Amino acid sequence: MNKTFLKISTIALAPLLLLSACGDSKSSKDPMVVEPPAPTPVNYSYQVTVTNLTHAQPMSPVAVVLHNEGSLWQIGEAASGALEVMAEGGDNTQVLAQDMVLAGESGAGLLMPGMHESIDVTLTDTMPMMLSVATMLVNTNDAFTGVSAMDISNLMAGESISFTARSYDAGTEFNTETAASIPGPASGGAGEGYNEARDDIADHVTMHPGVVSSDDGLSTSALSAGHKFDNPTLRITIARTE
Amino acid sequence: MKLKYSILGAAIAASSIQVQAQQLDIKITNLTQGIYFTPFLVAAHNADGKLFSVGEEASANLQMMAEGGNVSGLSADLSALSADIKENPAEGLLAPAMSTSLMLDTTDGNNYLSIVSMLLPTNDGFVGLNSWMIPTEPGTYTIDLNAYDAGTEANDEIVNGGGAPGAPGIPVDPSGHGGTGGMGVTDMEQNTTIHIHRGSLGDDDATGGKSDLNNTVHRWLNPVARITVTVN
Repeated sequence: MNKTFLKISTIALAPLLLLSACGDSKSSKDPMVVEPPAPTPVNYSYQVTVTNLTHAQPMSPVAVVLHNEGSLWQIGEAASGALEVMAEGGDNTQVLAQDMVLAGESGAGLLMPGMHESIDVTLTDTMPMMLSVATMLVNTNDAFTGVSAMDISNLMAGESISFTARSYDAGTEFNTETAASIPGPASGGAGEGYNEARDDIADHVTMHPGVVSSDDGLSTSALSAGHKFDNPTLRITIARTE
Repeated sequence: MKLKYSILGAAIAASSIQVQAQQLDIKITNLTQGIYFTPFLVAAHNADGKLFSVGEEASANLQMMAEGGNVSGLSADLSALSADIKENPAEGLLAPAMSTSLMLDTTDGNNYLSIVSMLLPTNDGFVGLNSWMIPTEPGTYTIDLNAYDAGTEANDEIVNGGGAPGAPGIPVDPSGHGGTGGMGVTDMEQNTTIHIHRGSLGDDDATGGKSDLNNTVHRWLNPVARITVTVN
């Protein structure tokens, strides 16, 4: 950004220098210093409204990210460490702190089933090409939902786009559904969230198969039928406000 | 006079049908966590080449594909229609989260794309892109596919090597996470037409229970596959 500013100011000054060189000798000894007007900052602002569509899966504070490169996840690729931390334990701080993030905001707290929340995010002087959203389904081992690297470059101010998102499995923790491994309220909050060990079937992000629950045949599960979910799990509306 | 009219007629007929050879780059991604896909049949064909219809009974050749992964019958059906066919692009099973890519040159008049494969381990589950009209406009198109049930075999969820049409049971569990000694989930198929697969049940008993499938590995939620088609 600083570089760009430098370039613009050099270009703006060039004609002035030229002018003073062509002027008479008196004024050329004492050139007038002209301060170029500071460019007005241009804001690219988006309001992202998320709605939890599940029956009983609270979602961890929602991360909203503007970026021009990279992605939060890709099907078939191993999850990043930052995504793993969020998908297993609901902590989005590492997701928001990634190098690719140009602007990032977090939801205020847990997004409860049926509830919605609007999160504002703004980037100044650089138009963002992509927007990503991520949140954990907290009554699971490593399920999350959201959208990765959505192209928003054609979204004009005043326009909005709305769609639903499915659930993904981070591929970093086997879906045991035990109380010891579920951080959400289904385990009384006693379960472990993030653990760096990766013990899933395969270390790849995939679609989530859904939870089994003790009511549906997994005797060691801390979940009941009420924790089951189907796709989609999250509604996302992106409105560009300026 | 007569000759003139017939030439004119032929010219009109040719221009009204989209007859255009195209070159397609096709990528197939397995979106599931624990389901394998048998070797794919990928084909561009004409309007008569529809491989299946939801709500109708499966053809014998679709049954052969859905119960045992054998696409030779469907491939022969399409060959008879002069379809452009590629088989087995992944050179074997397509494992969970994996992708395979291929190029397909279509000939004039083959304006529909179909892709089918059996889901393992299931009794007669399959994934299918069904006569998708190939766009004439160059670009990249993404299609997510759901899992179907052929309606030809009871979903007993017993892994016994049964892959021939009409033979009960699941041919194989490539994941290695399944069990043995299941009693069988059911011995009947209530809906004998092609429908959206209800998903597998599985259980948590590796040496007994109802099912030989593992309920934490072999379930899925739709979609199960993503097709990315680039029209060049």
